[in-house]
Parts: sequence; C-alpha cells; structure tokens
Amino acid sequence: MMELIFALAIGILTASGVWLLLRPRTFQVIIGLSLLSYAVNLFIFGMGRLRIGAPPVLENTESIDPALYADPLPQALVLTAIVISFAMTALFLVVLLASRGLTGTDHVDGREDAQ
Amino acid sequence: MTGMLNHLVIVPILLPLISGAVMLLLAERRRVLKGAIGIASTFALLIVAIILMRQADMTPPGSGVTTYQLGNWPAPFGIVLVLDRLSALMLVLTSVLGIASLLYSLARWHRAGPRFHTIFQLQLMGLNGAFLTGDLFNLFVFFEVLLAASYGLVLHGDGIVRVRAGLSYIAINLTGSFLFLIGASLAYGVTGTLNMADLAARVPTLSAGDAALFAAAAAILGTAFLMKAGTWPLNFWLPTTYAAASAPAAAMFAIMSKLGIYVILRLWTLVFGPQAGPLAEFGSDWLLLGGMLTILFGTIGVLASQTLSRLAGCSVLISSGTLIAALGTGGGEVIGATLFYLVSSTLGIAALFLLVELVERIRDPGADVLAVTMEAYGEGDDEDGLADEIGIAIPATIATLGGSFVACTLLLAGLPPFSGFIAKFAMMAAMLKTDGTAVQASTWMLIGLLIVSGLATLIAMTRSGISSFWARMDDSIPRVRIIEMTPVLALLLLALGLTIAGGPAMRYMEATTQALQTPRGYITGVLSAEAAEGRSRP
Repeated sequence: MMELIFALAIGILTASGVWLLLRPRTFQVIIGLSLLSYAVNLFIFGMGRLRIGAPPVLENTESIDPALYADPLPQALVLTAIVISFAMTALFLVVLLASRGLTGTDHVDGREDAQ
Repeated sequence: MTGMLNHLVIVPILLPLISGAVMLLLAERRRVLKGAIGIASTFALLIVAIILMRQADMTPPGSGVTTYQLGNWPAPFGIVLVLDRLSALMLVLTSVLGIASLLYSLARWHRAGPRFHTIFQLQLMGLNGAFLTGDLFNLFVFFEVLLAASYGLVLHGDGIVRVRAGLSYIAINLTGSFLFLIGASLAYGVTGTLNMADLAARVPTLSAGDAALFAAAAAILGTAFLMKAGTWPLNFWLPTTYAAASAPAAAMFAIMSKLGIYVILRLWTLVFGPQAGPLAEFGSDWLLLGGMLTILFGTIGVLASQTLSRLAGCSVLISSGTLIAALGTGGGEVIGATLFYLVSSTLGIAALFLLVELVERIRDPGADVLAVTMEAYGEGDDEDGLADEIGIAIPATIATLGGSFVACTLLLAGLPPFSGFIAKFAMMAAMLKTDGTAVQASTWMLIGLLIVSGLATLIAMTRSGISSFWARMDDSIPRVRIIEMTPVLALLLLALGLTIAGGPAMRYMEATTQALQTPRGYITGVLSAEAAEGRSRP
C-alpha cells in the first residue's frame, strides 16, 4: 500500500511537472521544474527501498545486522539533489525576472503569440 | 610515482576553484590583476594536464589506471578520481581551449559583465572534475558545477538575445539534470553502487529482471548525455544558445558538448563491453541512428544558416553527430579515429567561434552588440580605458582574417592539409575494414553522410566567406587586436600540428582505444587500489 501511494505521488508530480513545463508562461515553467524536482527527489529516496522505523545510521559496529537499517546513501543523494535543484531554481528565477524586465512579457519566447 | 606527484591528479579541480574563489574577493575594477590570475591559473592547468597525460601514457594499455582516493577510502566505498589516457586527453584539450578563450576575452569581453573570470575558472573546474571522476553521482555534481558556470557565461554580456536564449538553455539543462538523477538513482537501486568500475563489474551478474531495469536506467542516463551532446531531436536549443553566447564563452562550449560524448564513450565501453553478457553493445543501433540524424540536421542547418555564428553552432551538431554515429558502429579502430576527430573538430569549432566575431566586425564595424551592452553596463571608462589605446591593431587584418577563415573551412570540411582530413579518412578506413565480411548498409550510409556533411560545410563556409571578404568594403577595415588574433591562429596551428605529428597522436589514440576496449584493466585498477598509509579508522 505504501509503495502504491508513493509511486502514485511520484507519477502525479511528474505528470503535472511535465505539463507545466510545456506551458507558455515562464512562471508555469518554473513551477513545473519545481514539481519535477520534488518527483525526482522522492524517486531517489525510493531507490533506497521504503522502510518504516529503520534508522539509516549504524551504531555498535561490532555485531550488527545491516538488514535492520535503512540504506543511508540515497538519503545523502537526495540532500545533495535538493540543494542543487534549489540553487538552480533560484538562478532560473533571476533569469526569468531579467527576461520579464527586458522583453516586457512573461512568455517563454520573449514575445506574445501573434493571434 | 610517489609523494607530491600522487596529488597532482586533484590539481585540475582544486586550482581553478581556488583561483576563482580568490578572484571573488577582488574588486570588480581590478581586471588586470584578475586577468593575470586567470591566465596564470589556466597555464598552470595546461602544464599539469600535460604532465598527467605523460604519466597516463606511461602505463601499458589495459593494465590499470591512476586513482586518487578522496577522503582516503578505497573504492567502491569512497569517491575516487580516475586518470587514464582518455581523461588526460580531455584535460589537455580543456586547458588549451581555456587559454585560447581567456586570452581572447582579455581584449574586451571580460569587461562586458561582472565576475567573468571567476565564472570562467569554475567552468574549467566543472569540466576537469567531470573528466576525472570515477563516480556517477560525483559526475552529476561536476555537471551541475559546469552548468551553473555556463549559465553565467551564456548570459555574460547581457542583452535581450542572450537572456532569451539563456532562459531556454537553463530550462532544458535542468530537465536534463533530472533525467540524469533518475538514471543514476535507478542504476544505484538495481546494482547498489555508484562507482563506475564497480558498476561495470556488477552488471554481468545481474538477474534478467534487474538487467532490464538497468537497461532502462542506462537509456535514461544516455538521453541526458545525448541531450548535452546535442543529438537530434534534443538539440534545437544548441545553435541558438551557442550563437547568442559571447565568442569566448561559445569557444568554451565547444568542449562542453563533447563532455556528453566523453561520458557516453566512457560508460558505454566500460559497462556495455563484450563482458556484459546479454547487455553487451546495448543501444548501439540508437547511437548510430541518432548520430546520423544529427549529422543530417546539422548539414541542413549549416546550409540554411543566415549568420556565421549560427553556422558555427550547426557545425557543432555535425561534429557531435559524427562522433555519436561513429561510436554506434562500435568497431575497435573506429574509436581511435573518432578520438582524433574529436580533438581536431573541437579545435576547429573553437577557432571558428572566436573568428566569427572578428569577421562580423567587417560587416558593421563599430556597431557591434558589445559596444552597446558595454555602454549600458556603464563600463569601459575606468582603468582599462587605457588598454584600448595601447592595443595595436594588427597589420594586414583582412589577409590574416581571410587566411584563418580558409583554414577553418578546410579543417571543418575535412580537407587536407588539416587534421580534419586525417580524422575523417581514418574513420572511413576503419569502418570499411571488416575482416572479409560485407560492409553493412548503415555503414555505407554513414560514410555517405560524412562526405555530404563535409561538402555542405564547404559550400556554406565558402558562401559566407565570399559575402564577408569579397564584398565591397568602403575603407572600413575592422580593428582587430593581436591578442584576439593570436588564440585563433594558435588553435589552427595546433590542428596543423596534429597533421604533422599525426603518427604519435594516432599512436596515443590507439593506445587509448585499446585501454577502453579492455575495461578489465580499468575495473581492477580502480577497485584494487589500496588506501594510502596513515588513515585512522573512526
């Protein structure tokens, strides 16, 4: 059940992200990229297998059963991915504002569609 | 190979990081000092890269690599840097392009926006790190470093065209990074490792179901790298962005699109070599097909280009497509010739990007975009105001520009006496050598495309050359400074040097190929390296 909900969450986030990414307004694009990054982060986390109540940090390294612990590596990867995608989104936001300022429109092409 | 020399492997990453960080502390108007630091750091990088190349060339092919354990934990638990012939070659190429672009930018471009030198050094750091790393996630991090720097470089100089191109460039690369992350984490989920050597060792032992998942991971990763390399249909952003970027930035981007090719070459030969069982040669048909379509798209693009900078952008596509398709044919000797082509076409394209801006000054002297943006930025009136007057315009400007343009044309079209000819000739010769079996139809098609794309480049470049150099010029000779012309000439001379020293260069490429085709050497070299003395266990 947990796996199903988890997979559905990733799927819905990705679908919404891709849809928004293909929209013509820059704000929609940035929200789409954010949603995609959430989906990707959840996916990386899921690659460490979903476990409840299993700590990722080992204690008493003499006699332990690794099966009782969660895989710490994906959690570290997620942390890195969050930081990087956050920074990139901030950078994208600046370019978006510059584009808005220079072109006077929030269309991704820098001009409105000819209607 | 002891003591300080051991630590030389990490210098290409640390040196630009440190010099870039130091330059952040300097005030924006101290450009002479910044330029001096940047040039010194890049020259030091070149020297280090050449030493590393010699060191990598001393090991017999296929018998191990130089590793550097960050944090002194042995692979696959710690993150390693791996130096072999291929990564050393790319390091040298990066620093050569770095020096050329940086020298060129000193004439005027480094004044066109803030923090140029820091961003440039970080770009070098990201490239070097990506070439050296032996870990998939570490590769992602270095990719992000170089991409973040390249966003800065694309936007360098400001202006509406650059911001518009930068917007789609950033969006597409962020999407590519997400694909990279999905692929890398899926590969980890299946194999339980991110170390490339360990990955290659574990792939043959996967169960059938896991192998299918791993193939999916490889396909997603491959899509991300092909996007960076500019494969059709993921390349519509490339000519626009490269044409919009300032000349020195675009010259650096010439190697950035080769990074995607490098990673495919590295991972593909390592993980999907003959030892990989059912997954051996996974996706080679797709590489061949994608590459051929890219050549076709690039060829049409070159013929249709109205401006020289767009033409240069489209020749990046031809070069990428040629490399990808040649990898797809997969033959042993083809890879050696492909590497030769990689070096020669990167030099040619970088020279062309630098040259384009100078040639365009003929068309409308004084009214170039830079002058406008510099005015808008309110620069050019402090200490560097003097430099403009000291700089000497080179004599016989048109003759030099025209000569370089002809050389660029010959190099990119693959005509003698430049190295492009040897590279293409060697590639076709290797493709046709099949030990008695008939040459496949797809190979014939690829050879046809290679010839046609060369012809199209020749036609398009000649056409632009005629309209630029043979047009009526009413006494408007463009001002070109020696410091702008030197990098172009140096890059072209290097390409000529590749022809003259074709034998030793080809021998190096063949040794590289041999090492790539015996991944066992790489795998055992990385995994059996012991941690250095003096590590205290926690």
